[in-house]
Amino acid sequence: MPTLTVDGVEVTVPAGATVLQACEAAGREIPRFCYHERLSIAGNCRMCLVEVKPGPPKPQASCALPAADKQEVRTDSAMVKKAREGVMEFLLINHPLDCPICDQGGECDLQDQSIAYGKGHSRYDENKRAVTEKYMGPIVKTVMTRCIQCTRCVRFAEEVAGVEEIGAIGRGENMQITSYLEGAITSELSGNVVALCPVGALTSKPYAFEARPWELNKTPAIDVMDAVGTNIRLDSRGRQVLRALPRINEAVNEEWASDKTRHAVDGLVRRRLDKPYVRRNGRLIEATWGEAFAAIATALEGASGDQVAAIAGDLAEVESIFALKQLLDAYGSTLHECRQDGARFDVSSPAAYRFTPTIAGVEDARAILLVGSNPRWEAPLVNTRIRKAVKAGAKVLAIGPEVDLTYPVEWLGEDLSVLGNLPEAANKTLTDGPHAIVIAGMGALAHEGAYEAARAAAAGLGADFGVLHTAAARVGALDVGFAADGGIDAIRAKASSLKTLFLLGADETDLSAFADTFTVYIGTHGDAGVRVADVILPGATYAEKPGTWVNLEGRVQRADRAVFPPGDAREDWTILRALSDPLGKTLPFDTLAGLQQAIAAAHPHLATEGLADVGDVPDVTAGPAVSGTIVYPITDFYLTNPIARASETMQRCSAELLHGVDYAEAAE
Amino acid sequence: MSDAAPTPDEAEVRARWGCFAWTAENETTAKSMIGRYPPGREHSAIMPLLDLAQRQVGAETQTQGWLPVPVIEYVAKAVNMPYIRAYEVVSFYTMYNMAPVGRYHVQVCGTTPCMLRGSDDVFAACKQRGLAKGRTTPDGLFTLTEVECLGACANAPMVQINDDNYEDLTFDGMSAILETLASGGTPTPGPQNGRQTSCPEGGPTTLKYMAEAQA
Repeated sequence: MPTLTVDGVEVTVPAGATVLQACEAAGREIPRFCYHERLSIAGNCRMCLVEVKPGPPKPQASCALPAADKQEVRTDSAMVKKAREGVMEFLLINHPLDCPICDQGGECDLQDQSIAYGKGHSRYDENKRAVTEKYMGPIVKTVMTRCIQCTRCVRFAEEVAGVEEIGAIGRGENMQITSYLEGAITSELSGNVVALCPVGALTSKPYAFEARPWELNKTPAIDVMDAVGTNIRLDSRGRQVLRALPRINEAVNEEWASDKTRHAVDGLVRRRLDKPYVRRNGRLIEATWGEAFAAIATALEGASGDQVAAIAGDLAEVESIFALKQLLDAYGSTLHECRQDGARFDVSSPAAYRFTPTIAGVEDARAILLVGSNPRWEAPLVNTRIRKAVKAGAKVLAIGPEVDLTYPVEWLGEDLSVLGNLPEAANKTLTDGPHAIVIAGMGALAHEGAYEAARAAAAGLGADFGVLHTAAARVGALDVGFAADGGIDAIRAKASSLKTLFLLGADETDLSAFADTFTVYIGTHGDAGVRVADVILPGATYAEKPGTWVNLEGRVQRADRAVFPPGDAREDWTILRALSDPLGKTLPFDTLAGLQQAIAAAHPHLATEGLADVGDVPDVTAGPAVSGTIVYPITDFYLTNPIARASETMQRCSAELLHGVDYAEAAE
Repeated sequence: MSDAAPTPDEAEVRARWGCFAWTAENETTAKSMIGRYPPGREHSAIMPLLDLAQRQVGAETQTQGWLPVPVIEYVAKAVNMPYIRAYEVVSFYTMYNMAPVGRYHVQVCGTTPCMLRGSDDVFAACKQRGLAKGRTTPDGLFTLTEVECLGACANAPMVQINDDNYEDLTFDGMSAILETLASGGTPTPGPQNGRQTSCPEGGPTTLKYMAEAQA
């Protein structure tokens, strides 16, 4: 614990801290470009120069200098000021003066720091260097003349994303950042290099020339593209969300977000349902809310018990799911299900299906067994945590088809039967270390008995057990009891006796069994659910409603509304509340606050944000040995939900990165 | 870089070099190169391996060799290194050629000491022989590159042709070397003005011998 003084202020920092961190601890701001807390130290921008005694009588790069006892650091001396001005002048020598046409303008580190620490003019009269643009794929737009070679993108790709495809070629003045042979970066996290770039060299391709940062309304929200519950900020102008950026939450997403989180937002304005529709003579006809409700009321006439069913989709928030469950409860029906993929597991207690090790806790694991899960696609930000654990020495074993997870994996086979019969070496790896985790994915849990077998295996290994959910709505829905005995198959089995089926944005399941059932689709996009729908009630997407989502750990997170739903579309819970009147089953809440109070009363662990204690994991008894080939639930990372499917950016990512369609154009 | 060699067409290069593999002899050499480093540190062998690959390409094409992308990938695979990392190495070091060169790679030093001692004359000799910077002569014999200091300043001006240095050059000396090479001969490497290695020009200059000479 070295103690040093920074500008006369004494600070004590943990051993191993750098002078830069010590300066921050002392409340001094140190300008920097290449240094980033979550990446390795490069020390090549030289912007963080400070004066340090004892030491050579010249400025030192504080990011790469270990803090030591009795150091005297000055960040306000004439030497430091001159050094910063000098470095800034050098950096600007080859940086173009194109801020007015640069997308980074207004949120550019170079702009800000040149105002704060620069000289205000340049003495450089020669020609500036120009660099050709590089193709980096559908997400990253490049203007490489602006690059200051901080190599943050190179380090991110290597260290966090795990795809070594970005590098710095050439040397000296001719050094250029490029992807390998100018190919698209095949990472689902490539959007993060745009955020890391301190200048406008890497900018967002879909967002190019859309808006200036000061025009945007910034709304804190929760991402629904996967079950991680990435904390995001939705930037909107007028009625349109223009981009999604991650907010920092160390427990969930650190400061990263997947490409789907960032760039599916253009799907919020395409293929939208903005009016109620009623099917007449096989055709969907525009209708008023009154006509739509009347049609539903007619269909539900005299219905009771299990003649009403509901399936909740992957993106719904807790409030609307709870409201839908209340409506079904009013009919006495228990046929409500949210596990569209047919996964089977114990839902008796939230502790049974949570990702118990927690997302941040994955980093501490020393051995990880993946059972039927492809975390790179199912939860990219859990995958980065696993990668971190691997870099710290953890071993990863997996049961399932082989895929590239960006770290070394020992594949044990594709069949679930391996689970009950782990090879001796694998057993040893998992029991040797102090902390092992068994992660069960939906690919495994789709098999009857797999949950029990995985739990038993985890218990046998003394390992933590976690379920890796793939849907943002899943844990919240299960927490309010939105599950049926026998899962979705039980509802399919009763399809013929159903008077009405409610689909709350359920598009990811095979609905052919309900072709003859009267189906009410409450949703946002013209997607799979619409094809079987008899009445369509236009709802709101995650950007258009305040609500609660529970992530795969069971973390309760609330989001605000960024924009209003288009046309006649309404927030889903208000639709259900309004519908309950003509059905004669009036729901007992009129405001969101009232609804949230009702949820809190029924499910106290959902009352406050954060990770509530839900008690011990209930015991299960292992059934007979399971077997069956594992098939991962996600076949196309970029097109997993209606919003992503409606997004042109995601369609292009899918075509180019997964299906090899060639979009690479001459970059200049 | 107006004098840079044109980037080879990728599809053609892949067709020609996609099936690159070590010769039996180089296979052994490559193994021993990798074997110099402990297991898990195979990356360290990348530079000698790239050089070996460049020489093998040179032998196959009767030139000084270069590193086509498929060959870089082949070497990267041999040491289990991501392609971009190997590519970075190749692009960083000037001794790796990223485009084909001729049978004789004429690397003329143009850094200050050589320039002061007459490297312009050396360039003039090259120009007279039809060599142009960054280009290969139409007969495929010579590629001329201007390089930075090669560390033989005591014998400036100098040129490195393939693996040999030719030093203490003049316009005529350089012309003669190129002529000999073109006619299939091998000029004697080292100083071209008769002095021994980098001993003082014109005889000994130490105090002892100077004293003897004056006596």
